[in-house]
Amino acid sequence: MSDSETGKKTSRRAFLRGAAASGAGVLGAGTAQAQTGDPLITDVQPWAQSFGDGVDAVRYGLPIEHESDVVRRNVEWLTADTVSSINFTPIHALDGTITPQGCAFERHHSGAIDLKKEDYRLMINGLVDTPLVFTYADLERFPRENHVYFCECAANTGMEWAGAQLNGAQFTHGMIHNMEYTGVSLRTLLEEAGLDTADDLADKWVFVEGADASSNGRSIPMEKALDDVLVAFKANGEALRKEHGYPVRLVVPGWEGNMWVKWIRRIEVMDGPVESREETSKYTDTLDDGTSRKWTWAMDAKSVVTSPSPQAPIKHGKGPLVITGLAWSGRGAITRVDVSKDGGKNWETARLAKPGEKMALTRFYLDTDWDGSEMMLQSRAMDDTGYVQPSKAQLREVRGLNSIYHNNCIQTWLVRANGEAENVEVS
Amino acid sequence: MSKFLKSVGLVTAAFLIASPAFAEKFGLGRTALPEEIAAWDRDIRPDGTGLPDGGGDAFTGEEIFADKCAACHGDFAEGIDNWPKLAGGADTLDHEDPLKTVGSYWPYLSTAYDYIQRSMPYGDAGTLSNDETYAILAYILYSNDLIEDDFVLSKETFFYVEMPNANGFVVDDRAETEYAQWSVEPCMKDCKDEVKVTMRAMVLDVTPEEDNAAADTSEDVVVAAEPEVVVPAFDPELAEKGAKVFRKCKACHQVGEGAKNRSGPILTGIVGKAAGAVDDFKYSKALKAAADGGLVWSEDELAAFLAKPKKYLKGTKMSFAGLKKESDQAAIIEYLKSFEE
Repeated sequence: MSDSETGKKTSRRAFLRGAAASGAGVLGAGTAQAQTGDPLITDVQPWAQSFGDGVDAVRYGLPIEHESDVVRRNVEWLTADTVSSINFTPIHALDGTITPQGCAFERHHSGAIDLKKEDYRLMINGLVDTPLVFTYADLERFPRENHVYFCECAANTGMEWAGAQLNGAQFTHGMIHNMEYTGVSLRTLLEEAGLDTADDLADKWVFVEGADASSNGRSIPMEKALDDVLVAFKANGEALRKEHGYPVRLVVPGWEGNMWVKWIRRIEVMDGPVESREETSKYTDTLDDGTSRKWTWAMDAKSVVTSPSPQAPIKHGKGPLVITGLAWSGRGAITRVDVSKDGGKNWETARLAKPGEKMALTRFYLDTDWDGSEMMLQSRAMDDTGYVQPSKAQLREVRGLNSIYHNNCIQTWLVRANGEAENVEVS
Repeated sequence: MSKFLKSVGLVTAAFLIASPAFAEKFGLGRTALPEEIAAWDRDIRPDGTGLPDGGGDAFTGEEIFADKCAACHGDFAEGIDNWPKLAGGADTLDHEDPLKTVGSYWPYLSTAYDYIQRSMPYGDAGTLSNDETYAILAYILYSNDLIEDDFVLSKETFFYVEMPNANGFVVDDRAETEYAQWSVEPCMKDCKDEVKVTMRAMVLDVTPEEDNAAADTSEDVVVAAEPEVVVPAFDPELAEKGAKVFRKCKACHQVGEGAKNRSGPILTGIVGKAAGAVDDFKYSKALKAAADGGLVWSEDELAAFLAKPKKYLKGTKMSFAGLKKESDQAAIIEYLKSFEE
């Protein structure tokens, strides 16, 4: 409890009392008195007798095989083809905030391409003083920055607009990852090419595109481009993975994932947006009256309980229970997360594992003593702009039912007395 | 100017002044050559900037579309399975489940040209000539009843075309419509009278099964005995040519190790194989009937099918115009022969 940032502390004593009272319901070797010695303790086990693997066994490791269910998953019926599709981070099985690259969600429009560092070129052209071409080695010679940011697909939770649909936090909220990026600020590169030609920057844009067949071009206003956009080549300390844009991707903090162009090959300074496919026909939000919002770049504050959840049921019976989840905001830092166990009737403030960081995931915990009765679990995030995560009803009231993107509604998990959980909507 | 930029204009000016002048240069990189910029800078803007010379009409476009686009988008741009529908949906945007197509939704025609020449055909991007791109786009517009079939689309005529939803977009207005009303101290106690479950995900049952990554490798599937066919000698050079022709098929078919069924079945070992025999693929009734009739994909049968799929097998799901050249048919068959089961 020493890291408690906000909210009420649950005393350790209260925990133990609760656990003792419900000891009979606790499975396995818990607080209950064992009748006979546990052979895992009383017998010498093979791993305690002989050797494990040598240091030459694995040169680059994957998680141990017992964790083989912690993997990305895709939903086949969503798209026509896996080459232009998305998969989902197993957020229900992760903790902390940093997403390992190997299970961080992927979204491609024409597949994850194989592009070597030596074949990599980045062009900056358009309204610049000198159009430039950089090699990968050139990029490594500019001053570097490190930042942790979340990347969320605008369509995360998009399948839930019309109703509760997919049964698992991985599927409802797994189009997100959070990594520590190393790279060069886009501002540095634009200044290297020179922006005097662009004159008044207030009405200028950059158009960014990737080296893959889809190219996934997007227009970004100059204010953002010069503010915090990063041309990144490392994530979580190592090279980007192929599926996340190796060797170089764009990082656009707080804004929808589609703008984080992978395999970025060209940045053009322009006097207006291109209005590309990805910013007109897709990633626009159609309202009830048939008009559509465009340029809805920022990802609003959002949160979800990752455990317990449908893929992470309670298996230990009543007693001490850690309710945990993730919160984030593309417009600032998370300041508070409230959790409800009764479908939004009453709320308690959860403990943030660390103070919220701007445009990065925040982990929250509600250490609780579960009495074994049914719960309707919800979480509600607040950010430092004062914005409060809305309910689905609030979102629908403004936007109607035909939106796809930017669904940041409060999620409900119905947790039954047997510990199983289900994605539901409540009144 | 955009609402967004207007609202940030003042802020932008302030922060630009506050930041250091664009003085420090590192002297890294090299000047981009004009031909390099020309090769990569191909974006087309809403005002038509970037549109190349050339042109085409829907009449010409129909044939190219059948050959290069219809496998996914359908002969009439109506879309096959989950592939994008490019036509239809007029006046549906304010209905439930609006149909968003080039005709009903896209605000700028430039976007379609930009995207087609850049990223299509799927699996063979960037190979269309300017004339082909104009013609394909003309066919899509014609399929949306936006032009006549003899209208020649070119940069000169580009803006004769009216996009029905050109005025259908507003710039992000969440600051006014949402942020103000949702940025209030939230209720903590007795916020509702009663709470009832109104919808359950399990009723729908659309969540994928929890597959363990250490996948089940047991292969107890009993494969029906296949007729023996003598496969003639193999020509690696021809197969290499076939690999290139096969790009036309790749959007729907996979072949070789790790191949999966897509819109079309896996083609590994198809030469000499009984028709309709790929596991878990939903064949058309027509193909199933042919398979029941004992059809075997000998080289001759495959060549005949590939030449004109819809003529060879009426009712086939394979939406592909066909390979006119016999040399292309032979090359693909040779390529497919290089993958054994």
